[in-house]
Amino acid sequence: MKILVPVKRVVDYAVKIRVAPKGVELNNVKMSMNPFCEIAVEEAIRLKEKKIASEIVAVSIGPKQSQETIRTALAMGADRGIHIETDLRTDQELQPLAVAKILKSIVEKESPNLVICGKQSIDADAAQTGPLLAGLLDWSQATFASDVAVEGESLTVTRETDAGIETLKLGLPAVVTADLRLNEPRYATLPNIMKAKKKKIDVLAADSLGVDLTPRIEVIEVKEPATRKAGIKVADVDQLVDKLKNEAGVV
Amino acid sequence: MLARQLVRRISSANRSFSTLVIAEHNQKEVTGGTLSTITAASKIGNDVTLLVIGSQAEGVAQAAAKIAGVSNVLHAKDAKFDHLIAEDVTELLLATQKEKNFSHILAPSSNASKNYLPRLGAKLDSAPISDIIAVADKDTFVRPTYAGNAIAQVKSSDAVKLITVRPTGFEKAAVEGGSASVSAAPEAAAAGKTQFVSEEVSKSERPDLGSARVVISGGRGLKSGENFEMLYKLADKLGGAVGASRAAVDAGFVPNELQVGQTGKVVAPELYVAAGISGAIQHLAGMKDSKTIVAINKDEEAPIFQVADYGLVADLFTAVPELTEKI
Repeated sequence: MKILVPVKRVVDYAVKIRVAPKGVELNNVKMSMNPFCEIAVEEAIRLKEKKIASEIVAVSIGPKQSQETIRTALAMGADRGIHIETDLRTDQELQPLAVAKILKSIVEKESPNLVICGKQSIDADAAQTGPLLAGLLDWSQATFASDVAVEGESLTVTRETDAGIETLKLGLPAVVTADLRLNEPRYATLPNIMKAKKKKIDVLAADSLGVDLTPRIEVIEVKEPATRKAGIKVADVDQLVDKLKNEAGVV
Repeated sequence: MLARQLVRRISSANRSFSTLVIAEHNQKEVTGGTLSTITAASKIGNDVTLLVIGSQAEGVAQAAAKIAGVSNVLHAKDAKFDHLIAEDVTELLLATQKEKNFSHILAPSSNASKNYLPRLGAKLDSAPISDIIAVADKDTFVRPTYAGNAIAQVKSSDAVKLITVRPTGFEKAAVEGGSASVSAAPEAAAAGKTQFVSEEVSKSERPDLGSARVVISGGRGLKSGENFEMLYKLADKLGGAVGASRAAVDAGFVPNELQVGQTGKVVAPELYVAAGISGAIQHLAGMKDSKTIVAINKDEEAPIFQVADYGLVADLFTAVPELTEKI
């Protein structure tokens, strides 16, 4: 089975972002692979280690530096990479629908049986690309996966729902999106980072794929959230109870 | 490009400008999130149609007809849609859209709607807008990005707008005062690509985490699942719900549906008590719009104290039981 894993380069999850009117400041900010994409890569590698997957292709859409993100996936264990190059800002100008259309064209070229994505990117927080892609391809889908098992031509996936968990049985080909608890991603070891430099990355221009990349959603303005007024430290539980009863009036 | 614009112009000329809200319910009544979504729909200014899905949801549909601001209720009774399998629900929504031609389709933000709404977007060639917290006009909405650290105003150019609504951004619509009629939703064939196998739903007598007035959350500092009992006692005394940080869920203390944060549930209760939670960006994303925040943590440098209205630097194992007793 061939697996395609889309990975996104985003502002590192630990960075405290700075807001500018036309979008979050991205210059001189530490970037890394979106945490949910790491989980997706890890799951694909585990399927390869179980001899279920034969080849893992990591694909990333974005500026030149997205190749570093692909290299990370290759160092974790992906076999080769595809970089779709664009100068559009991937946190607001290049939107999930366009990304899904690009991925559809890659799927048509590469014919994977399974696409594993992260459930959401931590910059745009849209959580749309996986199900959009499944819809465009008319494939089965399982979002928010916390367990994936492949049995022949079907896939048993446990999903995190609003009230607990549910188990679904899907036909292949399918799109699965990874939730946090699917696995714990491995760290790339130094020898594997070195080996990854020899693995192949194909580079294509995003506008060479015949996909309309025009954003359907225009970002008019980006603002900081309202700041909370400073709180106080109370000395003990009695004072806390007093404040909650008499000042905040919430109990 | 020109052809597409032309198609859009023609289709918008025929459009009746009405909004479909996809209801979520627990077989008895619609959720608080649905009531907030109806308020968001009312702000868009169109007629509001509510779609209730479920073979056992006759009572829900009848009750929903009384919600203020709802002009029509559609009830999809076919059991094949009961489990909200994305591929199948998308077919139902496509059939409904084909017949009714809505300009806006809204659903409360949840794992369920985030599963099927983008799939519908692919079928309608419309870019969905996730998690709106305000409506500026019928095309322009406000949504948080970067774990709620940047608030973006966005304008959609799609003919049909697909939107998930963050319930904490809108007041709940009144459950009485409306007089809608209930009719059957259009028939649709299931896609039949995916089968439901089983589910495990946590049973809880406490209020729903998403709409509770009080939320008591625990983090890694609780050290074990048994210790959460302490939080349940405080929650029961205040009539509240219990939540958790990612660390507490990952450590297996509590199940995943209790997670509050960027990737879990977003809550904005009147009172949020964070016990043994450091306050990482990802957790704050799910609770920083709470009216009053209390932090109990023995580390006085913990970032949670920066958003807390009342911070108590203390060992939670003595402070929480004492608080339960004295409140």
